[in-house]
Amino acid sequence: MASAPIPAPSPRGALAGVIPLILKRIGAALITLLLVSAVVFTISGLLPGDAAQETLGQSATAEQVAALRHEMGLDRPALTRYVAWLGGIAHGDPGQSLVANMPVRDVIAGRLPNSLMLAGMTALLSVPLALLIGIASAVNRGKLLDRALNLLTLSLVAVPEFLVATIGVLVFSVKLLWLPSIALVSSEATWGETLRSCALPVLTLTVVVVAQMARMTRAAVADQLDRPYVEMARLKGVPFRRIVLFHVMPNAIGPTINAIALSLSYLLGGAIIVETIFNFPGLASLMVNAVTSRDMPLLQACAMIFCAAYLLLMLVADVIAILANPRLRSQ
Amino acid sequence: MNARLKTLAGFARALPLSGRIGLALVLFWLAVALAGPALAPYSVGAFVDYDVFSPASARFWLGSDYLGRDVFSRLLWGARYTVFLGLGAALLASLMGTALALTAAIRGGWVDEGLSRAMDTLISIPSKILALVLVAAFGSSLTLLLAIPAITYMPGNFRIARALAMNLVGLDFVTVARARGEGAPWIALREILPNMIHPWLADLGLRFVFIVLLLSGLSFLGLGVQPPHADLGSLVRENVSGLTDGALAIIAPALAIASLTVGANLLIDALKPAEGQS
Repeated sequence: MASAPIPAPSPRGALAGVIPLILKRIGAALITLLLVSAVVFTISGLLPGDAAQETLGQSATAEQVAALRHEMGLDRPALTRYVAWLGGIAHGDPGQSLVANMPVRDVIAGRLPNSLMLAGMTALLSVPLALLIGIASAVNRGKLLDRALNLLTLSLVAVPEFLVATIGVLVFSVKLLWLPSIALVSSEATWGETLRSCALPVLTLTVVVVAQMARMTRAAVADQLDRPYVEMARLKGVPFRRIVLFHVMPNAIGPTINAIALSLSYLLGGAIIVETIFNFPGLASLMVNAVTSRDMPLLQACAMIFCAAYLLLMLVADVIAILANPRLRSQ
Repeated sequence: MNARLKTLAGFARALPLSGRIGLALVLFWLAVALAGPALAPYSVGAFVDYDVFSPASARFWLGSDYLGRDVFSRLLWGARYTVFLGLGAALLASLMGTALALTAAIRGGWVDEGLSRAMDTLISIPSKILALVLVAAFGSSLTLLLAIPAITYMPGNFRIARALAMNLVGLDFVTVARARGEGAPWIALREILPNMIHPWLADLGLRFVFIVLLLSGLSFLGLGVQPPHADLGSLVRENVSGLTDGALAIIAPALAIASLTVGANLLIDALKPAEGQS
């Protein structure tokens, strides 16, 4: 790889120019993840004081505390503990959940697929919706539709998730009796049942994510509409619809996907409230339980999964931005 | 005082309609936070109704909650926690972030490199996740609820303030001040800060919106403001059993939070320079 030829003007050569750049971004993301893990471990593993003392309570003798400290490995130096913890996470074995009394890996394995399903369904619903709203308002810039949509998304961005969820429950499960207000997900449930019980969480998350996504999509498309080539096409007399579909969209697709990847990260925060309010058995509600019960190994593992997912979304957005911008390729 | 009111009126007139609505909502909630407890018809913890989740009436403007307490009085008290914790934490986040940003911009070199790296790391942790880890480690007393959102939203302010300061630090008047022999604090406070105050204030407003949402979210999860204190998010949480009845006790505080954050967001958006100028 190191002996890649100097980028030639041919398409293959252009792509070869991109690869080192992308590898560099991947490396930077991995380093960030490592630093993030140090922060998470410092906050949750080193600062809060003595977990052994806390487990045993005030009445424990010094010998008992010392014995448990040794058993939990708390008497080792901080760096050793961090390295052992990081090694465990990297091998997919982040330790033993203190409350569930089973391996963290098994606890998470039961929850992660549910959260991924929730995120997937939300993305499937919110991305087309956001594209529609974003493109519609960018094309009608300054007109009534754009201003109305702008006001709507601007307000929705600042609405707390639990208000959306509350209104959703009131309308769809209390008044209309269409949907259950508690998400029961099990492996025995049929697809129809799962869809029905996930409908409200997915709708709530969609409302939360779509506003930000539509705003960023609008900005990406509006930015292209300002370019000289659009003016040129207009002066040539190309119909506006054609300009949007064949001139603007091919150029806007990179920035738009970039915007979508960035705003999908709002899913992570939104899921925490939404999974809790609907009793959805996912990773976010698991993490909230871990905070309440101060189950640190479980909490650390959940936090690292969320951070890794976030960094992955940022990396995808970054790589797409590189691929979409020919000028970045030749750097 | 009269002249001040006139400036405020002139300021409001210059705003578009959405901005005026936002300004009205923000001023309303500030007034509630300041004067609310004095206006509350009942004491915050008093059990005044034999019924729970009763609907709105002349005696209880917003009905009663899950223990038969007056929702309206509790809302007036809760707004104080939400607004002041939010404002305090937003100010703290912005002051810390900006102090570090100005240090980084003026010193440059490895100070800038180190601070930027550290902030980039913190910003790579989603805000709610970082807040949850901090709550798990340190708990959630009122002091910590001021510090935790401040730490969570400091890196975002650092990034923006550093970018603003970097644009200014190379300009002639800063060079002149340096040549005059002014120290770093003078350059930061007298030369750079006054020239970035408008975008800085807009960012402060945004941090306030984010922090109010984060704190309400934490309280809603039972990890924020702890009883006997209650902010608006706690009011939503404690009445969650009234959800299936469509009780006012859960809708009213949730709407209250939304009207505050949406109002602030509309106001900030109206103050932004017109499109294309950024």
